Amino acid sequence: MTVLKQKKDQKADQQTIVKVENLKKYFPIKGGILKRTIGHVKAVDDVSFEIKKGETLGVVGESGSGKSTLGRMILRLLEPTEGKIVFEDQDITHLSNRKMRSLRKDMQIVFQDPFASLNSKMSIREIIEEPLLVQTSMSKKERQEKVVSLLEKVGLQPDDRVKYPHEFSGGQRQRISIARALAINPKFIIGDEPVSALDVSIQAQVLNLMKDLQDEFDLTYLFISHDLSVVRHISDRVAVMYLGRIVELASKKEIYENPLHPYTQALLSSIPTTDIDRKKEKITLSGDLPSPSNPPSGCAFRTRCPLVHERCAEERPEFNDMGEGHFVACHLFDKPSIRDEEVKQEKDMH
Amino acid sequence: MTNDTVLEVKNLKTYFFLDDNKVAKAVDGVDFSVRRGETVALVGESGSGKSITSLSIMQLINRPGRIVDGAVHFNGKNLLDMSDKQMASIRGNDIAMIFQEPMTALNPVFTIGNQIIEVLRKHKKMTKKQARKRAIELLKMVGFPRAEETVDEYPHQLSGGMRQRAMIAIAISCEPKLLIADEPTTALDVTIQSQILDLMMEMKEKFNMSLVLITHDLGVVAEYADRVMVMYGGQIVETSDKRTLFKHPKHPYTNGLLESLPSVDKEEERLGMIKGIVPPAHNFPKGCRFSSRCPKVMKKCFESNPELEEIEFEHSVRCYLYTDTDKEANHDSSQTKERSKS
Repeated sequence: MTVLKQKKDQKADQQTIVKVENLKKYFPIKGGILKRTIGHVKAVDDVSFEIKKGETLGVVGESGSGKSTLGRMILRLLEPTEGKIVFEDQDITHLSNRKMRSLRKDMQIVFQDPFASLNSKMSIREIIEEPLLVQTSMSKKERQEKVVSLLEKVGLQPDDRVKYPHEFSGGQRQRISIARALAINPKFIIGDEPVSALDVSIQAQVLNLMKDLQDEFDLTYLFISHDLSVVRHISDRVAVMYLGRIVELASKKEIYENPLHPYTQALLSSIPTTDIDRKKEKITLSGDLPSPSNPPSGCAFRTRCPLVHERCAEERPEFNDMGEGHFVACHLFDKPSIRDEEVKQEKDMH
Repeated sequence: MTNDTVLEVKNLKTYFFLDDNKVAKAVDGVDFSVRRGETVALVGESGSGKSITSLSIMQLINRPGRIVDGAVHFNGKNLLDMSDKQMASIRGNDIAMIFQEPMTALNPVFTIGNQIIEVLRKHKKMTKKQARKRAIELLKMVGFPRAEETVDEYPHQLSGGMRQRAMIAIAISCEPKLLIADEPTTALDVTIQSQILDLMMEMKEKFNMSLVLITHDLGVVAEYADRVMVMYGGQIVETSDKRTLFKHPKHPYTNGLLESLPSVDKEEERLGMIKGIVPPAHNFPKGCRFSSRCPKVMKKCFESNPELEEIEFEHSVRCYLYTDTDKEANHDSSQTKERSKS
């Protein structure tokens, strides 16, 4: 057994660092002359999961699936409408801003757009130093040393600290964002599409860097992305979101080799790959993502699902564990499942 | 130029003349041709010059940019010699283009119908009534179920995928011989992406068009292109048929790109990397433009830029590893140099 394998096994026994229960975020839609609330956009609609210490949970979904809203709620950058967020056994759902601030040194976020997330009027030293000023009581000299060591960690030069963001390329800026997130030794980092704005060669550099840092500092990641290949590369477990709900959650191996939900299957089949010999059954979904302000009744995916049946319109499918932590929300896998019944019927007929 | 060739670009050079006397060589000596009914992919990272190449073909380059050299033969005529008026009768008629962002490419204050009708009336001299009828037909063809209503709707009423369908309807309205699609699905989700690309291929067959597909996504290239051109630093560094390129890539940059791509089909612990960043177009290295990032760099690479040379049938590479006879000696010397450095 390799060292790496052992490490992964250890991860499995480790404790939960983040736990989310029945989390919801409804944004009101205001309308009419009086700007009354006339409806809600159900950006995140009843989502539950756990993240274990040291693991990477990937969240994939198309635009409008609520994956970014989910990430922001966990950091309490957005207030949840309902539900519970637990960080290291502490319920943080209703913590005051002041208490939250001291907790934020344990949880950091790296955003998608490295052009918008760095203040263009601050030097790199000031950008990376700021969290140290807010969260620690380091002396000026200590802070300087920390900035230099962080820059080296993320593969930049110590001399870069006097420069400004515009002097760097997209990939380098993302390294600066990562250095800033690492400054106060967080335990948990959310990456909200951190490599989506980068070219592939640069994307690979940043992904490798994130993996190295995870090993070195024992970090836990929530990695949000629309790119299934990137998520496969970096994650231990993967959650697939559709219209504010998690439709499938399982280990990376299960999601990519044994996807159960029709949406996951369609998503995987529609990614163009560079393996030109691969013969694959392509499932092309018809239509667009429905509006989250008016989601379909029952299963949200039923309007595009190739395997839709009557029950899908009537009831929302439960999130069932199909064994070994492979969760899926689909009526095809209800207990007792329709499949079992069909098999039973077939048996009876014979 | 054979009968089969629809477009032939020769030694195209488009430079941008920046302030403080810098010259950005965005496109610097690009040669390629597109045959009838063929899909040619131009692939490269941002700043590689792929979009500027397509805009140069359409002559949509604005100051401070200028096409400084080369020829673009289309239907036996050099587009670069044409007047603005002649060019206007070709754009949208014989050569059409689809852009990445349908919201900025469509005019928000006109209905979808109006934007198709405008093209038909200008190029095909149709009456209003004929054009409207044709617009509805086209919208049906690209997959609008309620085309009679959509024709009177505005771009903001459509989703991203539907807007791109509308763009395709406009592009094919005059049955062009050549369609240039510049990152047509980059702004779209994967499930929508495959719908749009399948539609483009269907339309290509139907109207016997040639397609120039500009993309950064090697997966899209592998699935939809016939031939591929890999661009780096304003030049083509490798070109061949799709199978050869993905099975036997030669140029270190092509190799690096393929290795840095995470795969959805298999597990890899670490991605391959190309070190460093793309050099800016106003400050390319003196020799090979990839020399500063190349893992197989030799002494010679810093001295002069290699030519794009055919190494086997229809497979050309711009690299001294394959085109230089005394490469062994060179390679050895560079290795010893590296060793002495470390």
